[in-house]
Amino acid sequence: MAQTAVADSDTGPSLTELARSHGLTKAGRLPRLPEYTRHLWSYRHFIAAFANAKVSASLGSTKLGVVWQLLTPLINAGVYYLIFGVLINTKQDVDNFIAYLCAGVFVFGFTQSVVQAGSQSITANIALIRALHFPRASLPIAVSLVEVRNMIASMIVLVAIVLLTGEPLTAQWLLLIPALVLQTIFNTGLALFVSRLISKVTDIRQLIPYILRIWMYGSAVLYPVTFFAERIHGWQLTLVESNPMLIYIELVRHALMENVDLAQPAPLLWLQAAIWTVLVGFGGYVYFWRGEKGYGRG
Amino acid sequence: MADQRQPTVIADNANIVYRIYGSVAPGANSPLASLRRIVTGKKSAAVREVHAVKGASFVAYRGEAIGLIGTNGSGKSTLLRAIAGLLPVERGGGIYAAGQPSLLGVNAALMNDLSGERNVELGCLAMGMSPAEVKEQAPGIIEFSGINDRGDFSSLPMKTYSSGMAARLRFSIAAAKKHDVLLIDEALATGDAKFRKRSEQRVRDLRKEAGTVFLVSHSEQSIRDTCERSIWLESGVIRADGPTDDVLKEYETYVNK
Repeated sequence: MAQTAVADSDTGPSLTELARSHGLTKAGRLPRLPEYTRHLWSYRHFIAAFANAKVSASLGSTKLGVVWQLLTPLINAGVYYLIFGVLINTKQDVDNFIAYLCAGVFVFGFTQSVVQAGSQSITANIALIRALHFPRASLPIAVSLVEVRNMIASMIVLVAIVLLTGEPLTAQWLLLIPALVLQTIFNTGLALFVSRLISKVTDIRQLIPYILRIWMYGSAVLYPVTFFAERIHGWQLTLVESNPMLIYIELVRHALMENVDLAQPAPLLWLQAAIWTVLVGFGGYVYFWRGEKGYGRG
Repeated sequence: MADQRQPTVIADNANIVYRIYGSVAPGANSPLASLRRIVTGKKSAAVREVHAVKGASFVAYRGEAIGLIGTNGSGKSTLLRAIAGLLPVERGGGIYAAGQPSLLGVNAALMNDLSGERNVELGCLAMGMSPAEVKEQAPGIIEFSGINDRGDFSSLPMKTYSSGMAARLRFSIAAAKKHDVLLIDEALATGDAKFRKRSEQRVRDLRKEAGTVFLVSHSEQSIRDTCERSIWLESGVIRADGPTDDVLKEYETYVNK
């Protein structure tokens, strides 16, 4: 560029060379992935504090405060019980439909709220991003942490519902923990993915409610999973049954309930769940990292 | 000229362009126009580009305090953000810095629903302090900000603070850490006279700790008091760079024209 040449001629060596010779680093340089991960790890206290701050900020203006974390899933379950248990009274050929329904609603709700909050995590904190220097992945990860807290509260409610509706407590219940750990990693990857995508293409935020709704209908939340096998076949069925949300929901139902029809044998479900977790968890992280330096642009 | 002075920030032909979505004349964003764009594959007219900083080049050295002056919208804050690495610089140029420059400005939003104390904690953690360091520094930060001068404000939510109090707290948080390069955006102009004196002293201390300070301010007095060198930006172009007195004189004649 001509302009640069003019500027350089009176300063001797070019400014870029001068910067290099004094070991200055370029502002806005993208760190390597391992370096970025280490940096992120050193900010773990910030992530935890930020997640806590978000919870207290959102509940701080309510009178009941933390009690809402338990009340929200209870009301949620109550609404579904009213509609499907009392008004429509569909047993849908499932023993203990209420427990079946609540497992689906709560497990799907976990991912749903991570996607909703994650889609805002960059755009809503743009002032913080422009002011302070921290690995940006802290924000979507903090969102995922907040939702883990809510999920634990809703799992307490779910366990109570499952026990009250007559399911026995067995050793198989322990499978709930690995299933939710896998889902948490999956959700974090999803939050990272969505937050970068929406910070670049803001239009997609308008579509999020519809994407989530169609995803819910495709995840056998409100009706038994056998519903699909009765209606569609071949590649369409394979497509629906490889839906990660359907798989996570099935794993939770399998862990908590005795006689529940699964779309596929349990080991196959675990394998698919693990593949989805690695794929989305790692993929989302790498995708987010690649955009690290552009988030301040807004 | 190979002098011993250690450069801390170097800008080499830095261009900064904002891309703004959805701010177009009525009609250009109508469904029909959007559809036409999609069909013809033309670049969206809904994106407008604002060239905020044009080909800025300068070298800042260790121990310097540099004032950035210019009329509103001349690109001063944008330049600071780019030095902090928060805004990307266009291809063909670059900004280089020693360590991680920290930006401190009145816009540095913390969480308004949380108490001052928790914002101090959060802000310090976001600057990369360990929890032990935060615990050690927090009382000093609150003390320095002076928000507790009129009763226990540090435990109240930040949204109850006056704008001056909030700005003082933000300044205190950012100034609690030693920075290689500290970028200050108008922060000194918001506090009252007492706080201004204290913060100017703090800026001088930070400089002594072998850092470089950039100060954006509309208060010529605070620039004169803290900076011996100034850069004058006008419409994104560096108009003058040199000793504060000379640059300010030039700037004043321009403004009073």
